[in-house]
Amino acid sequence: MLIWAWRIEDFELDLIYKIFLDPFVQMASAPDLLVQTLWEGLVGGVLYALIALGFVLIFKASGVFNFAQGIMVVFAALTLVGLHERGVPAFLALAITVGVMFVLAFAVERLVLRPLVNQPDIILFMATFGLTYFLIGLGELVFGGDPKIMITSDLYLPKGAIDFKILGGFVSLQKIDIAAAIIASLMVATLAIFFQKTRIGRALRAVADSHQAALSVGISLEQIWVIVWFAAGVVALAAGIMWGARSDVSFALQIIALKALPVLILGGLTSIPGAIVGGIVIGVGEKLGEFYWGPLLGSGIESWLAYVIALVFLLFRPQGMFGERIIERI
Amino acid sequence: MRAPSGSDVTADSVLLSLENVSLSFGGIKALSDVSFDIRKREIRAIIGPNGAGKTSMLNVINGFYQPQQGRITFKGKKRAKMRPHEAARGGIARTFQNVALFRGMTALDNIMAGRTLKMHRGFVWQLLRVGPAVWEEVRHRHRVEEIIDFLEIPQIRKVPVGRLPYGLQKRVELGRALAMEPDLLLLDEPMAGMNLEEKEDMSRFIIDVNETFGTTIALIEHDMGVVMDLSDRVVVLEYGRKIAEGTPEVVRNDRRVIDAYLGVAH
Repeated sequence: MLIWAWRIEDFELDLIYKIFLDPFVQMASAPDLLVQTLWEGLVGGVLYALIALGFVLIFKASGVFNFAQGIMVVFAALTLVGLHERGVPAFLALAITVGVMFVLAFAVERLVLRPLVNQPDIILFMATFGLTYFLIGLGELVFGGDPKIMITSDLYLPKGAIDFKILGGFVSLQKIDIAAAIIASLMVATLAIFFQKTRIGRALRAVADSHQAALSVGISLEQIWVIVWFAAGVVALAAGIMWGARSDVSFALQIIALKALPVLILGGLTSIPGAIVGGIVIGVGEKLGEFYWGPLLGSGIESWLAYVIALVFLLFRPQGMFGERIIERI
Repeated sequence: MRAPSGSDVTADSVLLSLENVSLSFGGIKALSDVSFDIRKREIRAIIGPNGAGKTSMLNVINGFYQPQQGRITFKGKKRAKMRPHEAARGGIARTFQNVALFRGMTALDNIMAGRTLKMHRGFVWQLLRVGPAVWEEVRHRHRVEEIIDFLEIPQIRKVPVGRLPYGLQKRVELGRALAMEPDLLLLDEPMAGMNLEEKEDMSRFIIDVNETFGTTIALIEHDMGVVMDLSDRVVVLEYGRKIAEGTPEVVRNDRRVIDAYLGVAH
């Protein structure tokens, strides 16, 4: 007769300690570092939310998953910086860029959406792929492919850092991050009120629910689509300025749009509050994971952790945190 | 049967007239050479077997489909190519065969959506939620509450429509159409899938709308009893063609109509 004894090997104990205990000990022992990490996560999260918001706007109103949202961020930032490079004063350049985003929205409606009306969603999705490559080409053609520096000081965005003494250490907050958080919050609040409480907002939600019925009450799909694409364009511009100020303005920036995907999964594709909370959860989760658990796996955890969080979440709530439950009657 | 509303047919009494309308999708003729008119304040029924082109007819009237041939005159004006939201602006409201509501919204918001065209405040006002935008919202909300009372659905005001039983969804959809204060109301099978009691309620609402607001109504319905009770005049379609028209009495005794519905031995 054999007796199996289960023994915890030393290395297992060590691993359990490293995963479940050590990070929290670290957090408790250096609270200022924890606050710093949380803050950076928060700012990153707010910026993810801003990008996710662009997706949500368009998805809500037209059921189209706009793959081009990432490149719209780059394109908007590039237009702003490019115009300034050519001697246009900063705020005029900003106004012109807003104008360009409007023209873009108008052109997308006329040339892409209208001819494809009533086509399956996948066709529209593919069309946004086309739009992505068109915008990459156009951007490079007009402004060149080199990375550019965001014109933060010309737009009176603050620079430098503020240091706080707390919890026996100090935390340093970049002023640009504070500005980003404030601007993003204002933008999100405005959009949320707009969607929930106004006539046009109601029309947007109506279009999202049923094209046919929206048309029958006199809502013009064309007009609504121009409005949402324009709103998404302005959100993209804001995201472009903020991200551009943190790194620089280059086509590589569109990769961050992929980070909006886990945010969207978490928050639900149709929910504005969802995009915000999802963004913050992903942003903070990512930074905490990177800082405290990253060394275990030789770092680099930041590039995939967000997707894992989203995947796990998806198992439990497929409609996201705030997504609208679609009740199907059978 | 109801008394015919005004037997004198003058040009002014016609709200909508269709002349020789033909519609085809590729090789399939959905409507061929259909002519009839809808008079002001009447209830006009469009009947016919499945696939006769009834819904296509409504879709032509509210601009979802553009007929290849034929003339449509609405309120005395010849209508050029018209898109659905323009038709809505012109005073045509409709409901759908398979309820098309805004599922994520409450019954109240759905009906408010029907007021979209009647609200004009610019979007900055709306965003600020002050002054004129709020007064406007309040004024329209009053109208919508009246409609909700009229349709006897105050208890479901705040319920997302996706959760409502089918009969009530149909009622909310009617409410949304009424909120548009239309001149012409198109109802695509307003009583489909309803039980007797719900059908009676719906019939009552349709007659009330017609009598109190003077709204002209064109409806598609399969229940012959309902059609005979409600409508002033009936037009019968079969395979995209008009095969009969007239008062319910006349239509009911028409040989071709009976054949179309019951089938003929060849």
